[in-house]
Amino acid sequence: MKTIIVVGNGMVGYKFCEKFVVQSKSKDFKIVVFGEEPRPAYDRVHLSEFFENQDAKALEMAPAEWYKENNIDLIVDERVSEINRKSKVITTAKDREFSYDYLVLATGSSAFVPPIKGVEKEGVFVYRTIEDLEGMLSYAAKLKAKNPNARAAVLGGGLLGLEAGKAVMDMGLEPHIVEFASKLMPRQLDSRSSSVLQLKLESIGLNIHLNKATNQILGDDSIIGMEFGEDDILDVEMLVVSAGIRPRDELGKVSGLEMGVRGGIVVNNKMQTSDPTIFAIGEVALYNQMIYGLVAPGYDMADVAVNQIIGNTEKLMPAEIDMSTKLKLIGVDVASFGEPFMPASKGHSVIFENKTQHLYKRINVSLDGKSLLGGILVGDASDYNMLHQVFLNGMPIPEDAAQLILPATEGGAFGSALDLPDEAQICSCENVSKGQICGAIKDGSCEDLAGVISLTKASTSCGGCKPMVTDLVNETLKSLGKTVKNVICEHFDYSRQELYGIIKAKKLTSYNEVLDSCGSGHGCETCKPLVSSIFASLYNVTPNKEDVTQDTNDKFLANIQRNGTYSVVPRIAGGEITPEGLIVLGKIGAKYNLYTKITGGARIDFFGAQLNDLPAIWKELIDNGFESGHAYGKSLRTVKSCVGSTWCRYGLDESVSFAIELENRYKGLRSPHKIKGGVSGCIRECAEARGKDFGIIAVEGGWNLYVGGNGGATPRHAQLLAEQIDNETVIKYLDRYLMYYIQTAAPLMRTAAWLDKLEGGIEQLKKVVIDDSLSIVEDLEKEMQFLVDAYECEWKQAIENEETKKRFQHFVNSDDRDDNLVFVPLRDQKMPEHWKN
Amino acid sequence: MNTILSQYKTTAINDVNVWFKAGAVSDFFENGGGCIKYKGKQIAVFNFSRTKQWFACQNVCPHKMEMVLSRGMLGDDKGVPKVACPLHKKTFSLETGENLNGDLDAIATYPVKIEAENVYIGFSE
Ligand code: SRM
Ligand SMILES: Cc1cc2nc3c(=O)[nH]c(=O)nc-3n(C[C@H](O)[C@H](O)[C@H](O)COP(=O)(O)OP(=O)(O)OC[C@H]3O[C@@H](n4cnc5c(N)ncnc54)[C@H](O)[C@@H]3O)c2cc1C
Ligand code: SF4
Ligand code: FES
Repeated sequence: MKTIIVVGNGMVGYKFCEKFVVQSKSKDFKIVVFGEEPRPAYDRVHLSEFFENQDAKALEMAPAEWYKENNIDLIVDERVSEINRKSKVITTAKDREFSYDYLVLATGSSAFVPPIKGVEKEGVFVYRTIEDLEGMLSYAAKLKAKNPNARAAVLGGGLLGLEAGKAVMDMGLEPHIVEFASKLMPRQLDSRSSSVLQLKLESIGLNIHLNKATNQILGDDSIIGMEFGEDDILDVEMLVVSAGIRPRDELGKVSGLEMGVRGGIVVNNKMQTSDPTIFAIGEVALYNQMIYGLVAPGYDMADVAVNQIIGNTEKLMPAEIDMSTKLKLIGVDVASFGEPFMPASKGHSVIFENKTQHLYKRINVSLDGKSLLGGILVGDASDYNMLHQVFLNGMPIPEDAAQLILPATEGGAFGSALDLPDEAQICSCENVSKGQICGAIKDGSCEDLAGVISLTKASTSCGGCKPMVTDLVNETLKSLGKTVKNVICEHFDYSRQELYGIIKAKKLTSYNEVLDSCGSGHGCETCKPLVSSIFASLYNVTPNKEDVTQDTNDKFLANIQRNGTYSVVPRIAGGEITPEGLIVLGKIGAKYNLYTKITGGARIDFFGAQLNDLPAIWKELIDNGFESGHAYGKSLRTVKSCVGSTWCRYGLDESVSFAIELENRYKGLRSPHKIKGGVSGCIRECAEARGKDFGIIAVEGGWNLYVGGNGGATPRHAQLLAEQIDNETVIKYLDRYLMYYIQTAAPLMRTAAWLDKLEGGIEQLKKVVIDDSLSIVEDLEKEMQFLVDAYECEWKQAIENEETKKRFQHFVNSDDRDDNLVFVPLRDQKMPEHWKN
Repeated sequence: MNTILSQYKTTAINDVNVWFKAGAVSDFFENGGGCIKYKGKQIAVFNFSRTKQWFACQNVCPHKMEMVLSRGMLGDDKGVPKVACPLHKKTFSLETGENLNGDLDAIATYPVKIEAENVYIGFSE
């Protein structure tokens, strides 16, 4: 048996293991992987997503168990420090030795930090690892606590620098980009596209400083500014250096492998270094005199190295490597492919520029006008995949090349994605061709997009090709006479909106009726809750009517918690509660020994209630005048209020009274996703109304009504629907807006995402809701009024009915409780024991 | 390794030595589930009345080891009857116990018979 040691467990090192497992079925090899970082390989390309949820696990390429299952020894948190090529032994920083037959160096690169005076100061970061991001987050939090207007700069206006700029902006710091060159993304963009990009970035709040050479970093221990020239100083309290990368080639140097003059371990087209038993792949490898700072070439290198080691020696690295890139800066499309800059002697350029809309498109065409040589897209890169394919495959272009980039003509200039040659590489990260994607559908191995993705892995890496993969799958299905639709699940061939229409028209009222009349099979956890939610939105029936088709939280009228216990949230409309009410709640919490907390929605949540106790707890709450808070439903949650003109010296109107009125009006309303509201008494906005699905702010002369806001994973400010309107008009518009959303949104789509998808956006919504362009407002209002009138507290229903109470027994054949539950103490309360797996 | 899981072993109808009376048919919701206790074990019982079938399996979900499967939702995956765990929606075949949307260990399943409007679960001991 031969041992392969892989040094470096980054994206490329991991890909080597993955490809090895798939391609080598033999048991003749043993793989041992060393990684210096404390965790298994993760997706560095999507590193910025860590800011959104701080969930390192979500970025993992594969969990630690994957290595175990595939008989790979993964040793993390241990750097390889030496190679003895003669005896074929490596030594680690913990002084352990291991022998190898083949060695694969996948040590990647590190961020290049220019030797500027003062870069070692506190508050200067690089942007490469999860630990870097954690450091930035906690530093930013400290800064903001001291100064809410703290500023941060990014050194470098390249691809990564801009991504870092967006990240510091999202951290709530005032972002500045400092670039040495006279334009942004100097390697990918020409000056005109670069200035269009600059305008766009400035419009979203990034400050850009070009032509700046940094002399020194100012500050005692920690950074307080950057100095460019005399009197040219930028005050910043944090700096992210993003000035390029340097290969981590130390091991090559110490073991005497052939090195590039400016670093990098030299490899041939078999990915072999100057020592034939040592391979180098990814960002440490110098191939064709180049370090390729992108993952796709790294994955190709991993594939070549795997094949060379298992004996498929004809597999070689191509001489030409495509460096086309699409920037994934959230909110700004930028792409460049092929030859982005082109001297006039080699071809002609066709340029389309519209600065008012931050749009720039350039394509470079051969002198004979027959082929596409490259191009740049800023502002709208939706044609990137297609243009890139036309370029890669040398496909013919229209006589008037301008059609390729002019604002959409009927049918488009491209025709169908199916016109691409079978060899066309669609997913460059995973190296999947058009032929493989279409073939998987044609030969019946897959039936849909999900199947194709799991079989071929296309679009699982950077995701840039997903739209094209989707097109190919849909077009192929169509060409086979299969219809492609955005259907709910295998049991219903309809979209949610269509099913809503059918149920309404046929007046269906039970799940089985719906399944029998327009579905097939026996249902599942996707369609059952969806149908239940449609019933609720149409007839305002509560989950008590058909509990077995409800999502688990609706079924038990409580949110299930990590250990199978439940939470209890009574409604506290507008956040207003009497001292007596608080005492009642306190007593109930104490009596049932519930963990108690004030929620982010400004009400009180009890956790850790056992199933058996739910009816008794709710009975006490209801007897004391409380009712369900619907915290478990896809329904109205809270209408948060500030204290408003009742007490506040700035208040312009009674925000609490109005919030209570609105919360009581829409309570119990079932919808595609949850709905939250907010009412603020003035533009100081203490109720955070603009972060809600509907937000109302008192202004001189009435209320401003905002819609489509969201906190959560993708925060959005709500957009202005109407200005200076009175209470009655607010309610009228809200009725129409909410009902329109309920009828047309996809399942589990919040209003923000729905408004994004709505063609014409907020302007269109104004037409529908205010100008009645669809002539539906009368119906919408009537339907809403029906729902409001039909409201009943479902917990009251549940405790009054002996039969429904049965649902809350843990055992059918015993009154015992679940004895598997273990609680541990937490401060002065309790919590569930941690999960063990 | 896991003491909770080791209590639950798929029982084939031929290995049944005890038919335990879990309750009356009417104790179980139509197209829903309930949990019963048998010698310290928790068993989820499903009344899949839409297809006129009954199923039983361990109540503990192998994902996070919580006693919750009886509160899950019934359905089918291309004809295979299944239950979806209420916590993270992992789905399991009620026929073989196999995890249909992941690679968790299969859950243990037990035979069910209905006699005189009563529900019996088969155990080997
Ligand atoms: C209890 C609470 C956290 C707290 O301790 O403060 C909470 C707890 C949960 N939230 Fe939340 N959210 C709570 C306020 C919020 C807020 C803040 C707010 O409402 O002002 C937000 C951001 C605002 C927003 O929604 O736009 C929030 C955004 C979410 C999201 C992300 C939604 C999104 O659109 O991205 C989820 C996930 C989901 O709904 O799919 C979620 C889901 C959940 C669930 C239901 C997860 C679950 O299924 O178990 C949690 C269980 C609640 C329970 O058992 O009662 N929670 N959650 C808050 C209850 C508020 C209440 O009184 O009802
Ligand atoms: C924020 C960010 C965004 C990016 N976006 C894109 C993008 O959109 N598109 C794109 O194509 N590319 C992008 N990249 C680049 C891409 O991440 C890299 O090309 C890719 O990660 C290179 O993989 P690698 O395995 O060669 O190196 P790495 O992922 O850096 O892995 C090398 C690993 O080896 C470890 N190591 C080093 N020396 C040793 C040693 N002696 N012993 C043990 N372990 C060692 C390191 O700690 C590291 O974990 C981005 C990079 C960053 C940082
Ligand atoms: S309460 Fe909300 S933010 Fe907190 S862990 Fe649960 S879902 Fe996530
Ligand atoms: S505990 Fe069952 S799916 Fe997670």
